[in-house]
Amino acid sequence: MEKCRLIFSGSGGQGVITAAIILAEAAVIYEGRNAIQSQSYGPEARGGATSSGIIISDSEIFFPKVNQPNVLVCLTQESYNKFHTVIRPGGLLITDTRFVQTSRKVDARPRDLPLHYTVMEKIGKPIVLNICMLGAVVGMTNLVKAESILKVLEKRIPSSFMEMNRKALDLGINMGKELAS
Amino acid sequence: MNEKVRFVQGNEACVEAAIYAGLDFFAGYPITPSTEIAEHLSSRLPGKGGTFIQMEDEIASMCAIIGASLTGNKVMTATSGPGFSLMQESLGYAIMAEIPCVIVNVQRGGPSTGLPTSVSQGDVGQALWGTHGDHAIIALSASNHQDVFAMTIEAFNLAETYRTPVILLLDEVVGHMREKLIIPEDGEIPLVQRLRTSVKGGVDYHPYLPREDGRLPMSDFGGEHRYNVTGLIHDMWGFPSGNPAVAHGLLRHLVDKIWNNVHQIARYKEYYLDDASTVLISYGSSARSALHLVQNRRQRGERLGLLELQTLWPFPASIVRDRCASAKHVVVVEMNMGQIFKAVKMAVNDPGKVFLANRIDGVFITPTDIRNILRLIRGKGV
Repeated sequence: MEKCRLIFSGSGGQGVITAAIILAEAAVIYEGRNAIQSQSYGPEARGGATSSGIIISDSEIFFPKVNQPNVLVCLTQESYNKFHTVIRPGGLLITDTRFVQTSRKVDARPRDLPLHYTVMEKIGKPIVLNICMLGAVVGMTNLVKAESILKVLEKRIPSSFMEMNRKALDLGINMGKELAS
Repeated sequence: MNEKVRFVQGNEACVEAAIYAGLDFFAGYPITPSTEIAEHLSSRLPGKGGTFIQMEDEIASMCAIIGASLTGNKVMTATSGPGFSLMQESLGYAIMAEIPCVIVNVQRGGPSTGLPTSVSQGDVGQALWGTHGDHAIIALSASNHQDVFAMTIEAFNLAETYRTPVILLLDEVVGHMREKLIIPEDGEIPLVQRLRTSVKGGVDYHPYLPREDGRLPMSDFGGEHRYNVTGLIHDMWGFPSGNPAVAHGLLRHLVDKIWNNVHQIARYKEYYLDDASTVLISYGSSARSALHLVQNRRQRGERLGLLELQTLWPFPASIVRDRCASAKHVVVVEMNMGQIFKAVKMAVNDPGKVFLANRIDGVFITPTDIRNILRLIRGKGV
């Protein structure tokens, strides 16, 4: 993919911004591509509908904001209501089954995933929901290699948490691959 | 993994560059959107043998770096609009007493506390005329992280070269967004070190007697030489003077040392200017949108070019005049009510061909915003 624009949205504290940084950092540091990550800085970053934009490209990126994302992730109803209309026609709209009712009709490929349910059932800790989501995005889009994300995780988190994150990433990737077709 | 390739915020790029440049002392008061500069320096600087102090406010921060610089340190503070306003009085002191220092202003919406988390370039004029009295200042700007790194080092180098405060005008978009930064090897970018006097201790030292090349060698305050430092008009010993000839000479010196070197201080980038019929002039993050549009329209054969100014003050008027000479339209792209636009109008031969493409609502200007202005100028409507 020459250039891909993504928005991860959810509630402040769910880790969508962290997931965005991890994805962009994996692309830049371990895959030699260009990426830009930006995020909302208002009070919504502490709750409410927060979001982070990512652009990954093989060429130089000048305009740093994401207007029409090819991939939009919404992890809460509020973020879905706020952001679902910005998606690029035909884009990938990923939502979480537990938190989001996708009532509106949008010109997008909807993918309603049981991210929270799976994480709670298989791992039992909602803290890795964002990594599972990231896995699903990567599983569907093949934007970066799973190893690149794991390398970033190894650098960022204590080793005792690594296994939990690896598992969450794998769960997400498998879920994503199933739905990719 | 290559440790030299990093994925960081613009504020972190500024921190890395300051450390590369040999920053010894930082005093500041954290304020959005510059907070990450203080945050990262608080952990990075002590480890490098430097000093980090969080002061009670921006007035004290500015005073602290002035004192630290006088004693021989490379110094910096970082703030945003409200803090930059508080620094203006002692900024004037640093200009008058010719004390090298770097002030980073990561701009947000103003006036007053304005729009704390939104982007703006509204402090460009304040950087030039925020403090009172006739004076000159150097202000730099950058649009991407590699340039933030380069311009931060330039700020330290120019501060030492001209014994002056240098203001680095970043903005919320560049400061907060993350992108790639390649940290150069040691020695790859030349660093200007403090010019110290060769006058021996106990021998009469004139702190404000310029050499033939206009530079004034310094002596670390509290060290070998005793001398006076004041915000009053002063003679070559640094003592207050009401002598008209001394006052005239000092003011001329303060202004001339900057404006006589406008070409040495000018930093800029040119894109497709050779045959451009429309020249965009921009700086900081808005130059990214301008460049996006230029690259895009060039693919369709439109003769659009960009002059990205990295030195804003002293304004490189003759360079702007020259690059715009054969352009039909000149469009200044900035996120304020036309602070550089006015300087461009004064610089070019035909001010009637200069237009403004701006945004002042805290929203980052888009290539489409600029494109719409271009259509209007060309009589095509929006």
